[in-house]
Amino acid sequence: MIQFIQVSKRYPGGHEALRDVNFRIPRGQMTFLTGHSGAGKSTLLRLIARLERPTRGQVVLAGRNLDRMSRGATPYLRRQIGIVFQNPHLLEDRTVFDNVALPLVIAGAGRREIGRRVRAALDKVGLLERERAYPVTLSGGEQQRVGIARAVVNRPTLLLADEPTGNLDPELSREIMHLFRQFNRVGTTVLVATHDLDLIRRLGLPELQLRQGRLLAPAAAATP
Amino acid sequence: MSRPGHPERRARPRRDDHPLAVWLLHRAQVLVASLGRLSRTPVASLMTVAAIGIALALPTGLYLVVSNLERLSGDWNGQPSLSLFLRTEVSDVRARGLAGRLRQDAGIAATRFLSRATALQELEQRAGLGDIQATLGENPLPDVILVRPTAVAATPTGMAGLARRLEALPEVAQVRLDLDWVRRFQGIMALAHQGTLIVGTLLALTVLIVVGNTIRLDIENRREEIMVSKMIGATDGFVRRPFLYSGLWYGLGGALLAWLLLALAIAALNVPVRRLAGLYLSDFSLQGLTPEAALAVLGLGILLGLAGSWLAVGRHLGAIEP
Repeated sequence: MIQFIQVSKRYPGGHEALRDVNFRIPRGQMTFLTGHSGAGKSTLLRLIARLERPTRGQVVLAGRNLDRMSRGATPYLRRQIGIVFQNPHLLEDRTVFDNVALPLVIAGAGRREIGRRVRAALDKVGLLERERAYPVTLSGGEQQRVGIARAVVNRPTLLLADEPTGNLDPELSREIMHLFRQFNRVGTTVLVATHDLDLIRRLGLPELQLRQGRLLAPAAAATP
Repeated sequence: MSRPGHPERRARPRRDDHPLAVWLLHRAQVLVASLGRLSRTPVASLMTVAAIGIALALPTGLYLVVSNLERLSGDWNGQPSLSLFLRTEVSDVRARGLAGRLRQDAGIAATRFLSRATALQELEQRAGLGDIQATLGENPLPDVILVRPTAVAATPTGMAGLARRLEALPEVAQVRLDLDWVRRFQGIMALAHQGTLIVGTLLALTVLIVVGNTIRLDIENRREEIMVSKMIGATDGFVRRPFLYSGLWYGLGGALLAWLLLALAIAALNVPVRRLAGLYLSDFSLQGLTPEAALAVLGLGILLGLAGSWLAVGRHLGAIEP
C-alpha cells in the first residue's frame, strides 16, 4: 500500500528531516510510527499525503508513484486518505455535522448520501447526539473524535494519524486507538505516528522507528 | 383497484442525488452561502458595496450628462446646412434650375430655394420694417439656396469640401456655412466622451482594487478553512468558488447601488432642469439610463466584481498550502 524508496527530505534552510528511508506497508495493515519529536514522523506522513515532496527518492502509494503524479491529481489522491491530526483543525463556524460532511461535499456527494454517511461516522465515534453542536462546546476528546469522523467519513483506503492522542488522557487515548483498530479490521490501512510507547506495546502491532530522520532496524512486518 | 408498486422506481437514485443536480445544487448553495457570509458582516460589506456603487455611478453619471446634452442639441446637430448667396444678376429661373441640379449631387441631401422676393417679404414681416423696397429703391437681398448635406458629408472636413465646390459655381457669390459651431460642438462632445472613458477606466480599476482587497482579507480570515479543505482533497476550483461568488455579489450590489444613486440624482436635478427649460419654452427634461445601458452597468459591475476576486484569488490562494 505504502512504499518509500530511498526517500530523503531536506527543508529549505538545510534541515534534513528524513534520510534514505525505505519501507513498505502492506494493504490492510495497521502500523505505528514512533520516534522523538523532531525525528521526522510528521514529515513522513506529509510525504504520503503529498503535503510535501521528497527531495530525493520515491513515494509509491497503492501502486502509483507520487513523483509522477500531476498537481491536478493531488486532490483526488487526498480523497483516498483520511488524516487525523493532534490538533483536529475543526472549523469553528460550522456544526459538528458540517465539519464531518466537508470531505463529502468536496467529493460532490448527494445530500441524502451525506446525511447517511455523516451520521454513520458520528455514530461510530459516539457523537451522534452532538451533530448540531459547535466545536467550541466540545471537550478535547470529543473534538478529536469529530476529527476522526471527518477523516473516515469518505471511507478512505488509508488512514494517517499524527499524534492523535497527544493531548488526551490515557483513558481517551485507549478509546481512540480502539477506534483505529476497528477501522483497520474493516480493511483500512492505518498508519499512526505516536510517542505513546506503552499503548503500542500493549497492542502488539508492527512499528516503524525513526531517529533523527533515519529508520531504525526494520520491525517485524515493515520490511524494505 | 390499487396499482401494483414499482420497486425498481424506488431503487433508482433520487433526483437530488443525480450528479448534475448535485453539481448545480452545490454551486447554488455556495452562492447563497457567500451572500449569507457577507450579510454577517453588514457594515464591512456595505462599505465595499458603497465604494463600488459610487465608483460605477460616477462614470455612468458622466455618460448620462453627455447623452442628455447630445439629445438637447439633437435638433441642430443633426442638420447642419450651407447657405449659397447667388449673384444678383442670376435670374430667378436659372437659380431655381441650379437648386434642382444641386439636389442630384452625391453630397447633398436636400436644397431649398429662397427667392429674394420671398426673403424680403419675410424680413419685412419679421422685423416690422414696412416697405423696405420703397425706401431703398430696390431689393437689397440676393437669392439664396439652402443646402443640407447628406449625413456622410456632414462632417467638418466634408462640409468644408462641399463649400469649396459650391463656391466655384459661377452663379454663387458667397457660401456661408455654420462650420464653427459644428466643429466646436463636436470637439466638446469628443472631449466629453474621452473624459468619460478615462474616468470610467480609472474607476473600473478602483472597483478591481476594492474588490481584490476585500477578497484578500476574506481569504486571510478563512485561512484555516482553506487549509483544511485542501488537506482533505478540495480542488482549486472548490476552494476558489466561494470567493469568486463573493466578488460577484459585491459587483452586483455595487451596480444596484449605482442605479439607485443615479435615479436619485436625476430625480433631484430634474426639478430645476424642467424649470430652466420652461424659461426657454422647451419641455426638455433629463433622462435616466435606458434599459440597455442599465443592463450594461449591471453586467459591468458583476464582471468587475468577478475579475477583482479572480485576481485576489489567483494571487493569494496559491500561497495557502497545508
